[in-house]
Amino acid sequence: MIIATEVATRLAAAQAADGGAFPVAFFVIAFVKLFIVFNVIMVGVALITWLERRVCAWMQDRLGPNRVGPFGLLQPAADGLKNLLKEETYPATADRWLFVLAPMISFVPALLTFAVIPFASPLPTKWGEVSMVVADLPVGFLYILAISSLGVYGIVLAGWSSNNKYALLGGLRASAQMVSYEIAMGMSTVAVLLLMGNVTLSDVVARQQGSIVQWNVFPLTLAFFIFIVAAFAETNRVPFDLPEAEGELVAGYHSEYSSMKFSMFIIAEYLNMVTASALMATLFFGGWDIPFWARDNQAPWTWWLTALTAAMFFVKVFFFIFLYIWVRWTLPRFRYDQLMALGWKVMLPLALLYLTVVATAIWYLHDRLGWAYDSRFSLVMFGVNLALAVPLFLVLDRGRLVAGSVEEGRA
Amino acid sequence: MAITVKVMRRPTQETSYFVATLKGMLLTFSHLFRKKVTMQYPEEKATDDWALSSRWRGTHRMLTDEQGRAKCVACGLCPQICPANCIKLVPGEDEQGNRYPLIYEIDEFRCVFCGYCQEVCPEEAIHVGVHYENAEYERDRFVYDLERLCAQTHPVSTLWDPSDPKGE
Repeated sequence: MIIATEVATRLAAAQAADGGAFPVAFFVIAFVKLFIVFNVIMVGVALITWLERRVCAWMQDRLGPNRVGPFGLLQPAADGLKNLLKEETYPATADRWLFVLAPMISFVPALLTFAVIPFASPLPTKWGEVSMVVADLPVGFLYILAISSLGVYGIVLAGWSSNNKYALLGGLRASAQMVSYEIAMGMSTVAVLLLMGNVTLSDVVARQQGSIVQWNVFPLTLAFFIFIVAAFAETNRVPFDLPEAEGELVAGYHSEYSSMKFSMFIIAEYLNMVTASALMATLFFGGWDIPFWARDNQAPWTWWLTALTAAMFFVKVFFFIFLYIWVRWTLPRFRYDQLMALGWKVMLPLALLYLTVVATAIWYLHDRLGWAYDSRFSLVMFGVNLALAVPLFLVLDRGRLVAGSVEEGRA
Repeated sequence: MAITVKVMRRPTQETSYFVATLKGMLLTFSHLFRKKVTMQYPEEKATDDWALSSRWRGTHRMLTDEQGRAKCVACGLCPQICPANCIKLVPGEDEQGNRYPLIYEIDEFRCVFCGYCQEVCPEEAIHVGVHYENAEYERDRFVYDLERLCAQTHPVSTLWDPSDPKGE
């Protein structure tokens, strides 16, 4: 619906500018952007599966896949080919229709979310300035919240339609976990939106470009912390990968899936990782902004500026993807009650409390003192965050975050 | 009745999830750059700190004399001692009265690679080999006949000597 409205307004605007002619340029440019972004992301996801296996191997003093192609880079292609050629099995008592639908439901939203993330500075062409985002929605962030919540349907339906108790338990866990952490995630991003005063992601990026201390990670350090924990939970990654805890649930919701349908769940997981990493870069690390350099913040835009900022964005996203992999091969999995306790008893109250503090600070600095949003503003906010972080990490964390599952005297 | 979980009591001041996480991540990161222990098998079959033991007992080899005939005199000790009963021996005798094997077959699927055949052989003819790459496309090919046993070229096992347990 949002997309349809957007397309309609764009069409109307373009038609008005062209004197009523059909906006061919808009369609061609949109198609080219779609094509490039889709392919870059799909190839990127394939390479991330390779990177995950290599990094995992290195952390365990092994070499990892290095046989297919140079450095094993063609391993994902071999994996894909294998998955395509494997037998597709259907459990006898499965709900056939939903069983087929579920991988698509988890795959498509994972791909859709990337549409609103700006990945480089605008590119000047002879058809006008082209913004480097597939769809620059005015409600970009709300769109991401809406679409990323859909992914859980695929997992729940996969668990349910398989007619297998382990798959069902995996699906149940996924839904409980995603619902719990979505709230903390939403609350932490509300702080960002309060500070930015906007939900358009390109404006969020533009507001962070002033200097490096205006990257939201400085004025909103704790929001970033809450967001990254919630993002790990949302993407079902270690230490929150309970939906597929193999020790207790076989393979969780995708126990009954084989060949390409299984592969689609894995691709969806990695797509979600890419999107979450891109979101972290956009919301908290200045998007495609190049730090310590003012030239990338204003017109005239050039093609090399687009290339440089795209590279910068890639570096930031890559860092978070590496962080995902790094954490996965370091931490053990949470217990289910610990996961729920952390989500509802720690993350949610923390996010709410933090939101009130941030709102008060912004009100005081902006409305009472009349400060404009600049480096001084964000440094003061950073100070507030540090003051909050000290009790959080020094006192609250001591023996409580994970152990707090059983009341005193009952164990 | 609610299920309770046993929780280890630890000193509160020393337990921190963040500190433990950061320590763990530093450790895994440092491993990224350490020397890898992987041996690239088909190209590399031994490394500085690992090689196949000379006492390894693998698929058999029959040693031959200067004329290229098997050293076996068909005494029948190896089929007698074989715990897996995998050696088939049919003895023959030539005009000078020398015994030789008419048929000598080892079923490598039945073999348990104990090495008794080598220990018991008075002529030091049959040996277990220092060898492990035995893949075949057909089951029948795992019954090694005399010709094939003589044609093997891999090194033979030194076995374990009770009087010299460390192989000195």
